[in-house]
Amino acid sequence: MFKSLAPPEYLATIDTDKCIRCKRCIQNCGWSVYSWGGDRVLIDTAKCVKCLRCYHYCPVEAIQILDNPVRFRQNAYWSYHHIRNIKRQAETGGIPLTGMGSDQPYPVLFDHLLLDACQVTNPSIDPLREPMELRTYLGKKPSRVEIERGDDGKIRTTTEMPPQIKLEAPFMFSPMSFGSISLNAQKVLAMAAKECGIVMNTGEGGLHEDLLPYRDHIIVQVASGRFGVNPDYLNAGVAVEIKIGQGAKPGIGGHLPGEKIPLEVAKARMIPVGTDALSPAPQHDIYSIEDLRQLIYAIKEATNYKPVSVKIATVHNVAAIASGIVRAGADMVYLDGFRGGTGAAPTIIRDHLGIPIEHAVAAVDDRLRQEGIRNEASIIAAGGIRSSADVAKIIALGADAVAIGTAALITMGCTVCGKCYTGNCSWGITTQRPELTVRLDPEVYAERLINLIHAWSHELKEILGALGLNAIESLRGNRERLRGVGLDTQTLDILGVKPAGR
Amino acid sequence: MNHDYQRDISGCGLTGVISKKKRMIGGDVIVRSLCLMNDRGNGLGAGFAAYGIYPEFRDFYALHIMYDDESSQRTCEEYIRNEYHVEKAEDIPTRPVKTIAISPRVVRYFVKPLRERMEGGIGEDDFVVRTVMRINSEIEGAYIFSSGKNMGAFKGVGTPSEIAEFFRIEEYEGYIWTGHTRFPTNTPGWWGGAHPFTLLDWSIVHNGEISSYGINKRYLEMYGYKLTLLTDTEVAAYLLDLLIRRHGLDIPTACTVLASPFWKDVDYMDEEEKEAITLLRLTYGSALLNGPFAILFGHSKGLVGLNDRIKLRPLVAATKDDMVFIASEEAAIREICKEPDRVWAPRAGEPVIVALED
Amino acid sequence: MYTIDAKGMYYRDLNRLVREAISKGEKDLLLKNVNGQYYIGDGIRAKDVRITIEGVPGNDLAAFMDGPTIIVKGNAQDNIGNTMNSGKIVVEGHAGDVLGYGMRGGKLHILGDVGYRVGIHMKGYRRQVPVIIAGGRAGDFLGEYMAGGVLILLGLDANGKPIAGDYIGTGMHGGVIFIRGDVDVRRCGAEVGVMEPDENDRKLLKTYLEEYCKDFGLNLDEVMAKEFKKLVPVSLRPYGNLYAY
Repeated sequence: MFKSLAPPEYLATIDTDKCIRCKRCIQNCGWSVYSWGGDRVLIDTAKCVKCLRCYHYCPVEAIQILDNPVRFRQNAYWSYHHIRNIKRQAETGGIPLTGMGSDQPYPVLFDHLLLDACQVTNPSIDPLREPMELRTYLGKKPSRVEIERGDDGKIRTTTEMPPQIKLEAPFMFSPMSFGSISLNAQKVLAMAAKECGIVMNTGEGGLHEDLLPYRDHIIVQVASGRFGVNPDYLNAGVAVEIKIGQGAKPGIGGHLPGEKIPLEVAKARMIPVGTDALSPAPQHDIYSIEDLRQLIYAIKEATNYKPVSVKIATVHNVAAIASGIVRAGADMVYLDGFRGGTGAAPTIIRDHLGIPIEHAVAAVDDRLRQEGIRNEASIIAAGGIRSSADVAKIIALGADAVAIGTAALITMGCTVCGKCYTGNCSWGITTQRPELTVRLDPEVYAERLINLIHAWSHELKEILGALGLNAIESLRGNRERLRGVGLDTQTLDILGVKPAGR
Repeated sequence: MNHDYQRDISGCGLTGVISKKKRMIGGDVIVRSLCLMNDRGNGLGAGFAAYGIYPEFRDFYALHIMYDDESSQRTCEEYIRNEYHVEKAEDIPTRPVKTIAISPRVVRYFVKPLRERMEGGIGEDDFVVRTVMRINSEIEGAYIFSSGKNMGAFKGVGTPSEIAEFFRIEEYEGYIWTGHTRFPTNTPGWWGGAHPFTLLDWSIVHNGEISSYGINKRYLEMYGYKLTLLTDTEVAAYLLDLLIRRHGLDIPTACTVLASPFWKDVDYMDEEEKEAITLLRLTYGSALLNGPFAILFGHSKGLVGLNDRIKLRPLVAATKDDMVFIASEEAAIREICKEPDRVWAPRAGEPVIVALED
Repeated sequence: MYTIDAKGMYYRDLNRLVREAISKGEKDLLLKNVNGQYYIGDGIRAKDVRITIEGVPGNDLAAFMDGPTIIVKGNAQDNIGNTMNSGKIVVEGHAGDVLGYGMRGGKLHILGDVGYRVGIHMKGYRRQVPVIIAGGRAGDFLGEYMAGGVLILLGLDANGKPIAGDYIGTGMHGGVIFIRGDVDVRRCGAEVGVMEPDENDRKLLKTYLEEYCKDFGLNLDEVMAKEFKKLVPVSLRPYGNLYAY
């Protein structure tokens, strides 16, 4: 039997004294690590991805998943992963794939920014007992408002309100398609979005009819593969998003592997069962900025002018690109930082292309202000939002709202093992295998996701209260309330943030 | 965009009085009212604004400028004479005050923009605003602290009585007065940092700290305002200029923007009003003054008092005949008006708007 | 017939008039003096509606369209039938690049030449089969990423020049392309297999071409007289071995 020269990353172990031979681990593992050997469980540890499903369902705590102590000799330059990838590539000639956002130790700017708080000269506000407003509207805003005052003294406006998406808190769920994740996972997102008064995003995979009851909380996506796009679809949600790029894989398309294309997915995407669903790298009707404008308005014409979002990966020249997108008529610019998640991306792309979301939001917000068009579009920040502190910091840098993907999946059981592209997710999230997807009960997990959004909202209110603010728009772009720790002058300048102590 | 600035934080007391019938009120009145609240300041800043004080030059912009030295004065005057017809230039009358060791030169100019310098159909007001922005941000050592017509601001580093004495406030008569005593919490020493803060005929005195300062500043910068003072008060003045003069909102609507109603209340308004308020909030969310504040703003047609939407700073108002008083403390009003007809505390975010009679 | 004079009209106004007329029950519209107006027929859902266009319609003609028939009495530009769902477009002249991108259903009949990247990522599911037929020659990347549907290229006046451009069907993983005449295998994508049509294919071709010839007054027998090549994907998963799992 062929034995890879790359040693397994993890050692799945079972304490045979503790094991009661209940075989739950065999049933639960989507990767077939375990099998029955007649009197005991056999382990093929090379298949283990450390998703911890087996550990969680072992009734007697007999299972331990260890990081394999057998590693190549330590070398500060030739890391374990460099050597391992070369060996795998030598064996297969292929491109190593990965799921989720980059795990590489680039500096994390979020962790070098601290928020302000009130002491004496202005009061903090108690969010449990005083009003605290998180409501957020996404879309183009007028630059000024014409007001008339009636005989009754009440005001009315003659300025037309551009279409808006109303969010009860500055959150939305990132686009994740039916295909990349299971229908049950999409249902969790939709149910939680409805309950929390926010929105989810179909991603590029069509809209399954089971999601129609949640249409007021759905953004539909149009991407290069044009999967599932028809007039009904365009009009089904509250807005349409044109996906140009994704933070985890800027500049490259998507390949949803054939393993994740059963009948239902094939139907939604209108492609053959078991084929790889190919999303081209560019949108082939957009080779230039005026082409983007053409597509934006083609969609607006087809939807009686619903708001249109344009999603891009944050690349080096992001500020100029975002400015062009706003001038092309987008109502929202969705910035996906290089830490953004993915169902499948070549590791080499994920880990080496793009720029962090913190720099990108600061640069884009600055640029749109310099050009006097900041009101023309909302900025949605995504790509590695881990906590409500990240949310507060990115909003202070200039974002209107954040989109969260990985954090939402974690509430469904995800452990960020990064093997989404295999279609074997034991938690039933990034798989289409019916015996696995059935594990994800939408009702149960929607509750958990709702809990997360509520918890983050509470935390955000606590942060606002400490800042002495009672409306989220007073934090938005308020970089005065951020300080940098351990950042160089130029980075501080890009972020528009003072160093701590000044 | 400049972010590397040191912000100026201060607490304070404020007071204001207006005669709707434009009866003249002596400067001693506002000084008495303000001095009662001495303990709200710490002696590091005080100031006054008065309307109706220059009737003989009512058609000219009255520029009050402070200079650090002669060279800044020369540069600035050269600039002004190049752009304006100067009807009259004179030192602002002052008297020496023992406790004020250092003071800038203070000079006033009654001017009109030169037609030929007003390119591209720019209005006179915008022209003057541009001059103020330019001189204050570009000419080192020169600072315009008052630029309206038939009004003036007088301010500096000292207690209310010291500043009143220095500028001989009791010699002026006006129909609107505001006064301010300051409690700065950082390095004091610059006369321009005192209140009132003015632009054209807007004058603002302010108590509290605007926690939303950072975004208010960046929002204003989008419209060409240069925030040189780094005080909350400057933000409030420019926002009023933007909302009322440039965007044409009426005063109550502008107040709705600065202290907007809460969504929970907006949700229950009738459709037309809800639409208008929502659109205002969406459009001007970055102009919301968030945090504790009470402000008085005077202008050529009246006086307005406003506090924040959860009332974190005090404000008291009173009327007597055609007079209206607004101050941080009732006592400051009682000091100059023993028996008001009515005394009340305005509710959070609800403006007190007083207009002069025509 | 309901006539709209589109001379000098901005696309938003023209398309609003078209929509209003259709919602009032007009079935036969004539748009005169069209010149460059974008998005005609964009997103319109209506059966039995016919829109005749005199002049050159602008880009994204019939994008997302679902049902109507559009007849262009002359040439047309780029992006025709972008993500179109159903209906029919007849162009009595030549057309530009990126035709039928992501097309999901309906028919696109072009009398003359077509540009680059025609039929990119066409879809197809069961009975919903989009069809593009072009009478002239095509540019490069014909049928790129094709996942379903039928593309027919006739090259009627090719005069010995290559009918299709380079990189035919690159990334193709579904659907079928018929080309009237020889196909240079070196000009096909690696994912494409070239073969002779069988009897069923010829029946299918005849059905499609019968309607096409009728639209333009062409002789079906003459069109069918020349041999066709059939191009299909060699694999449902052209990139199955690209990745190291």
